[in-house]
Amino acid sequence: MPAKALDARALAALAANPGCRRRAILDGAGVDKASLASALGSPSVFGQSQFALTRGNAFEARVKADGGAELLRLVHERLDRGAEPPAAGAHVPDLSATGPEGRAARTALALREATTGSAGTPGGPGAWTLLDHPMLALDVAGSPAFLEPDAVVVHPDGSWTVVEIKSFPMLDGSADPAKVGAAARQAAVYVLALERVAARLDPAPRVRDRVLLVCPKDFSNLPTASAVDVRRQRAVTGRQLARLTRIEDIADALPDGVCFSPELPAEELTAAVEAVPATYAPECLSACELAFHCRARSREAGAVTALGRPVRAELGGMSTVEEVLAAARGEAGDPDDPAVAALRRAARLRAEALAAAGAGTREAAVCP
Amino acid sequence: MSLITTLARLEAVRTGRAQPAATVRHRHLSDRPLVFVPLITAGEAGAPLGALVGTDRDAPRLLVVPQPRDRDLRFAFLAELAGVVLPHIEAYADSVEPAERTETDPETGKRVKVEVDLCADAAQLIVPSRAGVDFVRLLGRSMRFRRTTEQDPETPHPAPPRVPLLGRWLTHYGERARVPGSSLLLAMTDLLGRHWATGQSTLEDQHLGALLAWIAPGDEGPTGAEAARRAELARDADGQLLCPPAGPATDPAFDNKLLAPAIERYDRARTALAAAEDGVEADDRLGAVTAAEREVRALVESRTRPTWDAVWRGLDLLRELPAGAHVEDRWTRDRWSFTSHRDRVLAGEPPQPRRDDAVTAANKLATREREQARLEAQEALDDPLVMAGRRLAGEAFAGEVIDVVMAYSESKRPSPRPLVTVRTDDRPHLGERVKVHRSLGGRPQAAEFVAQEDEGVLVLRIVDRMGRGKEPEAGSVPEKGDRVCFTLFEHEQRGGAKLPDPEGTPWTHGGPPGETAAVPEAADAQTEEDVL
Repeated sequence: MPAKALDARALAALAANPGCRRRAILDGAGVDKASLASALGSPSVFGQSQFALTRGNAFEARVKADGGAELLRLVHERLDRGAEPPAAGAHVPDLSATGPEGRAARTALALREATTGSAGTPGGPGAWTLLDHPMLALDVAGSPAFLEPDAVVVHPDGSWTVVEIKSFPMLDGSADPAKVGAAARQAAVYVLALERVAARLDPAPRVRDRVLLVCPKDFSNLPTASAVDVRRQRAVTGRQLARLTRIEDIADALPDGVCFSPELPAEELTAAVEAVPATYAPECLSACELAFHCRARSREAGAVTALGRPVRAELGGMSTVEEVLAAARGEAGDPDDPAVAALRRAARLRAEALAAAGAGTREAAVCP
Repeated sequence: MSLITTLARLEAVRTGRAQPAATVRHRHLSDRPLVFVPLITAGEAGAPLGALVGTDRDAPRLLVVPQPRDRDLRFAFLAELAGVVLPHIEAYADSVEPAERTETDPETGKRVKVEVDLCADAAQLIVPSRAGVDFVRLLGRSMRFRRTTEQDPETPHPAPPRVPLLGRWLTHYGERARVPGSSLLLAMTDLLGRHWATGQSTLEDQHLGALLAWIAPGDEGPTGAEAARRAELARDADGQLLCPPAGPATDPAFDNKLLAPAIERYDRARTALAAAEDGVEADDRLGAVTAAEREVRALVESRTRPTWDAVWRGLDLLRELPAGAHVEDRWTRDRWSFTSHRDRVLAGEPPQPRRDDAVTAANKLATREREQARLEAQEALDDPLVMAGRRLAGEAFAGEVIDVVMAYSESKRPSPRPLVTVRTDDRPHLGERVKVHRSLGGRPQAAEFVAQEDEGVLVLRIVDRMGRGKEPEAGSVPEKGDRVCFTLFEHEQRGGAKLPDPEGTPWTHGGPPGETAAVPEAADAQTEEDVL
């Protein structure tokens, strides 16, 4: 099986559930979780419609047409009005190279040239430079991840901006907040990776914490853009990534010879996956290919978190369905525990209300 | 989520069936709801693929856009949709009854009652999911600024005649859906989720098939969890979901495997038709186009019909619940909203602006806040299960009256201020002189908290609704042995301070709208190509 590299979307998802060791190690090892999930008998539901794919690509190509003239105009207008407007035919360095490492090195070189090279030359400082699909390397929990932002722009003042091109519409200046949030989290990962590149330069150029989100305007195919402040997302993602348990530490805790090949028989595979603990919450369903497998396991174990993280919060130390129900019925639990006491009151009130409603069909309800 | 709902969810996990989260129906259901099950094209803003729409569960109208990238075909779809939705709405708009409304007289500044028309009923629109509500709003936005040839003969790509009007109505429905407790436009998943607690998370409840599987898994069939899993994941030999998503987004596997090839065949047939050289050849090729179109139609129907049936099944389940006592009151507000929009359309006002002015926006927010408070209070009064949640939260208490002592106020004309002692097991958050309220024949009666005599023994002073005489009217004071339920929240919501007219907008909020607002908003810029 070829290894599947971590991408920004996976990283943002990983950061959303930093406690999940299973996801950390599978992503770190480059396991294709979609085929793993199918082999486990709980196939994932992720997939992209070819309509969405072609339209996304068509829109991106339109935005970057003419050497990125329109894109640079938007960057200038939304982020850097003080600077010289970009002249026609801005510098767009060639970033092609073999392999992700090669492309990442090529990108770092192009960024260095555009920022600290000799002034006045095309692509040197004082001019606009557009990096189309650069490659950035980021060390995640001890394994390298290669990230490919849609574009990075070097401003005349030497600062860098991440550009994210999405095909959901911006209607009357506002877009779907959920989609903008996802784009911002993704862009924050790019900003983090760019900062690592910047830190190796002297003097380190500034990576702007406002990214440019480019979307179709209203119901047309014309691009419009908005500056999105990703400081919060950057801080959260940075903290979560730092918190990720180092993959070697998790791997050390594994029994020897564990293998996650989807070709293994389902039982062996299940056992292998079970060897790494997961932290399932319903939010995983929209972010992780293995979620349905983890959900089945979580439900089998009767974990209350399967009903949502907030549920867990109000139940104190009780973590399984049976435990909670037994406590509510008064068969278990310490009555002095405030969580248990609240639960019993809730159970009593609920039973009373349901009984009142049953009786209420015959006579006026007691309450109110 | 209150602990009571959590408990219901856990109980649902144990029993494998959804548990009641309400004992009455908290939303109005029309006798003839218009059900709308739309599908969209992935990656394209507001490009419909098709829809089922209608009021007859056995005979939905199927509308399909065989090539969603073709503007003319999309317009044809919207025109057809207008042909179904607008007559339905207009039938309700035409039937009115007289009603009274208080208005401020512009000359005297006094509040006077005026006779106005109120629509006797309003058209109700039901979509499968919350995303469907958003799509209704998006459709409304995409249509209401379109120009028809009648409005502007020069306009490029004119819209069919009734499409802008449909856009205005859908916009109104979409906006109204944001008001808590309103029932003009409802999502079936929200409706079912309000009345039942399933053994899954609220996120998973957004899947209509899974939600229904928990509520009605069949008598001796699998448990709710298994049935829900089947609804979410089970696929046929072709890799297609057995229970297609309720939309408007489609399953990528459907797009890639079935829809894309069918649309491609349709495109090829149309290209061939355009290239036909003589009548006979054109006739043949027209037949091929029709066949290809029929194929796309069949695909769209196959993905919308299960959802259509599911929505009606949900309606059946909800109709089994008796309506809450205040549901009618909230529906009357919906009828006012419906009527006022009808009047705006009749008066020839321009479509709703892209952005509300400061006064309209503030009014909308105030309405939503007030309606939220009203909804919470009314649901609790209508439903002991909801009241149980409020009691658990310390916002209400129920108990038995153990003593009543007559007392009077210390004024020149002493009025009755009886002291009522209530024994309760609840633990309300009562401070000194906190006002509490109970429902007396549907009207709220207020009391003051006086003292706590003992653990769970509260003394209250009744302060109103006892008539004008020295002796309280019969039945207006609880008697010893009565069961009573007091709430700490008010039962009726008062409106906030009146906002200024738009012309009086203070400069802090952008100032009066001025002349720019008088000019009707321009249509969206049209580009030659409008697909990505």
